[in-house]
Amino acid sequence: MPFRKRQKKSRFRKKLQQEAIVQFALLAVFLGAVIIVSTGMGYIQMAPATVVKIIFAKISGQSNLLEGVDSIFPVVVMDVRLPRILSAAVVGAGLAISGVVFQGILLNPLADPYTLGVSAGAAFGASLAILFNIEMMGSYSVPLFAFVGAALTLLFVVYLSSSSGGLSSNNLILSGIIVAAILSAGISFLKYVADEQVAVIIFWLMGSFGSKTWTDVGLTFLFILFGFLAFMFFARDMNLLSLGNRTASSLGVDTRKVTIFLLVTASLVAAICVSVSGIIGFVGLLVPHMMRLLTGPDNRRLIPMSLLAGAILLLIADTITRAVLPSEIPIGVLTALIGGPFFCYIFRKQQRMRKVL
Amino acid sequence: MPFELTGVSFSYSGDKVIDDISISIAPGMFCGIIGPNGCGKTTLLDLLAKHRRPTAGRIAYKDRDLGTYSTKELSQEIALVPQNFYINFPFTVKEVVMMGRYPHIPRFSAPSAEDVNIVQDIMEKTEVSEFTDRFITELSGGERQRVVFARALAQSAHVLILDEATSNLDINHSISLLNICERRMTQQGRTVISVMQDINLAAVYCDYLVFMSRGCIVTHGATGDVLNPDTIRKVFNVDAKVYAESYSGSLQVVFKKNL
Repeated sequence: MPFRKRQKKSRFRKKLQQEAIVQFALLAVFLGAVIIVSTGMGYIQMAPATVVKIIFAKISGQSNLLEGVDSIFPVVVMDVRLPRILSAAVVGAGLAISGVVFQGILLNPLADPYTLGVSAGAAFGASLAILFNIEMMGSYSVPLFAFVGAALTLLFVVYLSSSSGGLSSNNLILSGIIVAAILSAGISFLKYVADEQVAVIIFWLMGSFGSKTWTDVGLTFLFILFGFLAFMFFARDMNLLSLGNRTASSLGVDTRKVTIFLLVTASLVAAICVSVSGIIGFVGLLVPHMMRLLTGPDNRRLIPMSLLAGAILLLIADTITRAVLPSEIPIGVLTALIGGPFFCYIFRKQQRMRKVL
Repeated sequence: MPFELTGVSFSYSGDKVIDDISISIAPGMFCGIIGPNGCGKTTLLDLLAKHRRPTAGRIAYKDRDLGTYSTKELSQEIALVPQNFYINFPFTVKEVVMMGRYPHIPRFSAPSAEDVNIVQDIMEKTEVSEFTDRFITELSGGERQRVVFARALAQSAHVLILDEATSNLDINHSISLLNICERRMTQQGRTVISVMQDINLAAVYCDYLVFMSRGCIVTHGATGDVLNPDTIRKVFNVDAKVYAESYSGSLQVVFKKNL
């Protein structure tokens, strides 16, 4: 009798794993579909089949496949739309997984990738570069300054909040808020003295995926891939950290090292996202919440699902502003306008269900 | 000897919380630590679990300096039931108990059939199997404490450290959990080290008592030798009578209202 019971249990476990794999596969297929459909959308309309044919022809180098296709189409797909679409997807994925890590490590479901002041630091760096017209790195000057600003802010926040007893979540959040407040004042000042440059600063801050190149996509992808692998490596430790530092340490987690490593990696992932696209809010807050409803809080399932969901969400948002709306509005404004009310809705729903998420 | 402490001190931003403690804790012993609030009991447990490092002195575990063990190694040796436990994320009860097996499961592997059996067995013994698929965030404080207890037992460690682990449980569950600890101790030679507030419950279960006050050990020894009115007065400044009680088969303490 016990034997049969055990067998049933292990079959149940297998079923759970299969379910996770199926969910992931479905979402991955959906992401692929969204990429193809959105590539066909815009000023020049293309059928999804044409898009697939062009991509396949370009990858396999069989240019004879392109006979009968308008000669402008491959240029639009490969040089204009795909870089933008893929960078939107990669940035969405990066913001979402970094959000998962912040919420998990700070034990605070309201944390997001910008909790440690990364966005303010990046904005300050970018504003400086724009204001002083720094062009030593060509078109990469502004992203580079944004990244350095974000990294320095992060280091300062961690320094500010570390004590002999380690890093406490409250200290980190508080330090993040203080530093972000100081930097916002700095940004306001820069805008005040910026004169006619002020429009450039404001537009950069509100975010955009316009005029992204394959280099942007590649660089961002590498960073976020590294982040994803690191997060997956420590996913189980993150589960334990949610039991509190004392318990996690008794279960074999080097809490201080793991916490700092994950916070720094997650912030760097957020920083690279911000420097590529400007400040895009709500993706990093909303996606982990939505996915947790679906997968539960186990980070080993939550992180991969959030990766895909974040990519899908930001890509759809970018496609709306690029191809659906009559004129393009900044992506950061759009995500906040859609994400904010939607967050209110699921937050209210959770309150009614009395589940603490 | 599981634990051998020599001249251990710990200071927290200048204040000496633990002051020159030397003691050895034998294997297969149920050791109770008793003392007033803020006397350094939890800090002492933190030192034993290597959650904090002593500022002076030496702690040896199994004749090897505790500092030379990796966190990973210790997680297979020492399990901890903390005093306060709160969790913000809706893991199911089963998932939480399974976390106790993590030290025995390689990082990217699924739990083996043995892990699943251990978890199931412990959940039945600790009477939490009725909550198996409920969210830990939805349980009452006492129910959650039992789940945390089950999680620590699932760790199958040689030493079990309890930090007032039964203080918010009803008497039925306190006794049944302490019985499980005692069985593991007598049958498998495990060591239990427990901070306890309830002196009478300590007198029933502990073979050995350590009385602490202001970061120092006032007295320690076999329960029958050290549990007396003199000790109680020194440690708690309360008058008490200690007597052998035949129903529980242990010493019991009654207190006098100080006027």
